[in-house]
Amino acid sequence: MAEFLITPLGTFLLIAVQGLGVIAFVMISLLFLVYGDRKIWAAVQMRKGPNVVGAFGLLQTVADALKYVVKEIVVPAGSDKFVFFLAPMLSMVLAILAWAVIPFNETWVLADINVAILFVFAVSSLEVYGVIMGGWASNSKYPFLGSLRSAAQMISYEVSLGLIIVGIILSTGSMNFGDIVAAQDGNLGLFNWYWLPHLPMVVLFFISALAETNRPPFDLPEAESELVAGFMVEYSSTPYLLFMAGEYIAIFLMCALMSLLFFGGWLSPIPGLPDGALWMVAKMSVMFFMFAMVKAIVPRYRYDQLMRIGWKVFLPLSLGWVVLVAFLAKFEILGGFWARWPVAG
Amino acid sequence: MTAFAFTFYLFGVTAVIAGLMVVLARNPVHSVLWLILAFISSAGLFVLMGAEFVAMLLMIVYVGAVAVLFLFVVMMLDIDFAELKEDLLRHKLLGFLIGGVILGQLGFGFATWRTADAAGGLRMAPIEPGVTNTHALGMLLYDKYLLLFQVSGLVLLVAMIGAILLTIRHRRDVKRQDVLAQMYRDPAQAMELKDVKPGQGL
Repeated sequence: MAEFLITPLGTFLLIAVQGLGVIAFVMISLLFLVYGDRKIWAAVQMRKGPNVVGAFGLLQTVADALKYVVKEIVVPAGSDKFVFFLAPMLSMVLAILAWAVIPFNETWVLADINVAILFVFAVSSLEVYGVIMGGWASNSKYPFLGSLRSAAQMISYEVSLGLIIVGIILSTGSMNFGDIVAAQDGNLGLFNWYWLPHLPMVVLFFISALAETNRPPFDLPEAESELVAGFMVEYSSTPYLLFMAGEYIAIFLMCALMSLLFFGGWLSPIPGLPDGALWMVAKMSVMFFMFAMVKAIVPRYRYDQLMRIGWKVFLPLSLGWVVLVAFLAKFEILGGFWARWPVAG
Repeated sequence: MTAFAFTFYLFGVTAVIAGLMVVLARNPVHSVLWLILAFISSAGLFVLMGAEFVAMLLMIVYVGAVAVLFLFVVMMLDIDFAELKEDLLRHKLLGFLIGGVILGQLGFGFATWRTADAAGGLRMAPIEPGVTNTHALGMLLYDKYLLLFQVSGLVLLVAMIGAILLTIRHRRDVKRQDVLAQMYRDPAQAMELKDVKPGQGL
């Protein structure tokens, strides 16, 4: 068996099976994320939420997915057919693709590459294409306006996300997620994690992640009160399902990024307790709970306010923080509180 | 064929085909989409060469930002495709001439290309083993060529300021939003409660 695995075919099969494993994890969590999102939302509004299909409505998402799949696909007459169908596939595939480099435990990672964080950033910057292509190919006014809006929005917030990540890279001295988490290890438990030295950036990263994934309060691409549903107006059935699934997977990816970059990934918060993948999943779930609560609590931003906050508040703040962290790390202020590269190696 | 060669030819052929389609596609938006495919394929080639940092930068900067702006502009153009094609055919001769001249220049350039004797060895192992290419690039840019790098940054900054100065227009006749003033308003300043007597009005 071990000999077979190092032959080209064996390696290929091994990678394929591991990849399927990650996809299965993401898809199954997707089912419960959508359910959890709706339940939390309902609880805030004192409703019951989905509670009919399966025990406590747990299978509601499965029923919804099936419903979308068996519906008829309506293709607008003037649309660009190829791009019209390429867009939802692209947004789903890209959302899953980034999971290839996300580690769940010290060795549980599909591709342990040394520019992992850049890879995630590159893939998430490609996600804007699904939105633009979908809006353009529909050949209709509302989708087009929606896609223009979201293109501008996603590009704007990528800049501040990138700068926040640069701060983390400066502190770690590596772009590998394994090193970044290892740099947060220590005998103080959760006070060793990056959320403490990079405290203001956690908030900025969270808000930028909301804007980057088009989550409320920044869901302007699909603002149903003005643009009907933005770039998704003309989509129905499975293509629509792919868009929605891609969006949720991208959100879940942002939760994973938050827990890896700022909250120590698979490290245990209390010294003495064993580290493990369960901590990672728990942290991701808590992050998603925050995302769901924001959706339930905060009203939608106006578009010009969104752009102002992105360019005039977040960008200068995160750029200034990069400069500050560079100094704090270089001169090892507070005994290398910001400079963890001796630990990461 | 090894997996390496297969991946190389896959990316190479895709890059060439996508590059051709950029020129041949009838719809300008499709052209930009093909261009993006060409960028991604060349990023794949960079990864094969062991320059993963450059590959990711290509993806982030060119695909994630520059091509989005291209797409943005091209999407908003209102072009009559039939007219565009007619125009294209009229300038066919000129187009071929320009293409031929550029090809010739490139050919002459490569024909007289000379490299130092040591260059071949350097190309085989551009960075020392054990150093990731992110570190190697960082050493080059921020240690060895720090001055040149900073000066080129300054040149770009000047270009940016110039572009802003050329396009900025201060309009004094429009009302602008003052966000801070809005945030510091409280109910006491912003509204006045009036007791309206029936039949009298204000």
